Amino acid sequence: MSDRLDAGSGSLLGRLRDRLEGPNTIGGSAVFWVGFAVAVAALIAYPQTTDPYTVIQSSRYLALAFLALSLCFIWGYAGVLSFGQVAFFGVAAYAFGVIGINLSSATGVVAATVGAVVAGTLAAALLGYFMFYGGVRDTYVTIMTLVVALVLNTFMAQTAGSEWAVGEAQLGGFNGMTNIPSLTLGLGETGLVLEGNLFYYALLFTLLATYLGLRVLLNSSFGMTMVAVREDEARTATFGYNVPFVKLVVFTIGGALAAVGGVFYASWGNYIDPSVFGIAFAALPVVWVSVGGRESLLGAIGATLAIERMRTGLSSGIGPIGSEWALVIVGGLLLGVILYLPAGVVPTLDDLVDELRTRRTERSQSTTTTEESPE
Amino acid sequence: MTPLTFSAYSLMALLFQFLNSFGFIVLATVGLAIIFGMMGVINLAHGEFILIGVYGTALPYHAGVPLPIAMVGGVVASTLFGVVVERTIVRRFYDRLLDSMVATWGLALVVSQLLLIVFGSSLDSISTPLGNVDYGPFSSSIYRSIFLPAVALLVLAGLYAVFTRTEFGIKARATIEDPETARAMGIDTDRMYMATFAIGSGLAGFTGALYAPALGSITPNRGSTFLVESFVAVVVGGPSVIVGTLSAAGVLSVFNATGSFFFGTFVGQMLLLLVAIVALRALPDGITGYVKDWRQRRRAEE
Repeated sequence: MSDRLDAGSGSLLGRLRDRLEGPNTIGGSAVFWVGFAVAVAALIAYPQTTDPYTVIQSSRYLALAFLALSLCFIWGYAGVLSFGQVAFFGVAAYAFGVIGINLSSATGVVAATVGAVVAGTLAAALLGYFMFYGGVRDTYVTIMTLVVALVLNTFMAQTAGSEWAVGEAQLGGFNGMTNIPSLTLGLGETGLVLEGNLFYYALLFTLLATYLGLRVLLNSSFGMTMVAVREDEARTATFGYNVPFVKLVVFTIGGALAAVGGVFYASWGNYIDPSVFGIAFAALPVVWVSVGGRESLLGAIGATLAIERMRTGLSSGIGPIGSEWALVIVGGLLLGVILYLPAGVVPTLDDLVDELRTRRTERSQSTTTTEESPE
Repeated sequence: MTPLTFSAYSLMALLFQFLNSFGFIVLATVGLAIIFGMMGVINLAHGEFILIGVYGTALPYHAGVPLPIAMVGGVVASTLFGVVVERTIVRRFYDRLLDSMVATWGLALVVSQLLLIVFGSSLDSISTPLGNVDYGPFSSSIYRSIFLPAVALLVLAGLYAVFTRTEFGIKARATIEDPETARAMGIDTDRMYMATFAIGSGLAGFTGALYAPALGSITPNRGSTFLVESFVAVVVGGPSVIVGTLSAAGVLSVFNATGSFFFGTFVGQMLLLLVAIVALRALPDGITGYVKDWRQRRRAEE
């Protein structure tokens, strides 16, 4: 971090940057933050420059980005590879639907939001407890999380009958749950319904706050412990850290992130169906995070937006090939990245920039020394 | 009908359900278990390997080839595919196990979607051979409830013979125990890995071939039918291939069959998951991992 100009200074900005920057997150230069601000400004201006339909589509990508952050956080920083983050995403989405439909006032929707995030988080905590305190490791964790998602898929797909209802909310089986309310802020019967551009901005700012919050967390001492667990569990345990507990906390936070995404997703389409637990959807977070870079939160978000944009483009018939090729491309992308670019796009670019920079400073140093040597 | 005869028929139905489930779990698992137990690699494309066996059987069969010969086609197709995948992809991940799961998942997406694009959304089903046996109010498929469980046991017995009685099996186990020493003793470990992966893929294809006439309509997402059971069985069974698969299939199919028999297939599957999670909490290295631990402790005490 050679160009951290005002880091460590007593100014408020300096202290803020100290919290946000560290060895665990990519991007700490002044150039990075300027670029970041420009990107955020562009995303804020985006709805003004395009049609409402595109804004609604983009909101979907932003909701899915939470799912990517959730996997990036637990896999990239604590080494816990979960193939089942969609389970917590889906549990929260269904919980939001069930509570929201039954309490259809503004207060009810707020309660549904809170309840759904709690449900997704608790589901993650419960599964995490069984796995990490049971001493389940590595590949076993990956399989179990996937199995949980797949079984939920089977479970929700067979809830078609009218006996499968919670109060007024029909689970709807394979066809899914409809009439899920939109996100609403407020108390009492009516409130501010977040739709269209408003929904987009609510998502964007929540995502921004989450991203910055995760950066602070990752650069705190807890973040360092997470990375220690990722690098060497046995050694971290020897230093007196409670490794299962650290993993449980990480996994629970990951579940909460996925749950937030699930709430946004359910209220985005006013609809949720069992395919969120299916194997094709479960693969997507892994694809986004692998492509963007598992150790880069921003890479994961960027890859989510880019890949989902591509998938929408393919399925609406833009481009030379049909929508059925989208999954082939996504799978091929995953395979190609893991084979030839295992760190992912953003960390690889970051390394490249670092290397160019050190080479340039070396060269300038060597030229100054050769100039000086004759004297 | 007296209650006694009814319960005898029910017991028989339960037994057939158990055998059906046992055969399914063993056959769904064995290819995955070989590759996992011997190489530590979890092949997430396992369902697609089985699917290649199904398609490799169904396509020649629909072209007029007799079923047993068509089945050979399925096994050959998946074995060849396995060798290609091992040489081009899996080989690069022997020291990065988590990445191998991600890579094989990418492969799974590509394969199932390509099958959809090339062969359409479904192939005609193949009628199940051997007919049904009727008893009281119940009826069970002979093929699914008697023939396949018997084949499952034969496969396990065959694997036991291969890995304990043949030179190849001993070399393969040496490679798994200690690759360095095995290499020093002149074993071509690279070839052992390839052969093991090929056997695992071939067995997956064999499972696909056997279940091609028992699946109903053949669709490109059928692979995931096998996935849950096989993953759960590998996790519960632990690293030892034959004993692990056998014991896990035995335990799991008791729960699965009882649940399915009394409350429907769905409860059977949920029960499977529940047992797996509880088993993991109690035995993180599976049944065989626990037995191995226990033996070591016994030996240490003596």
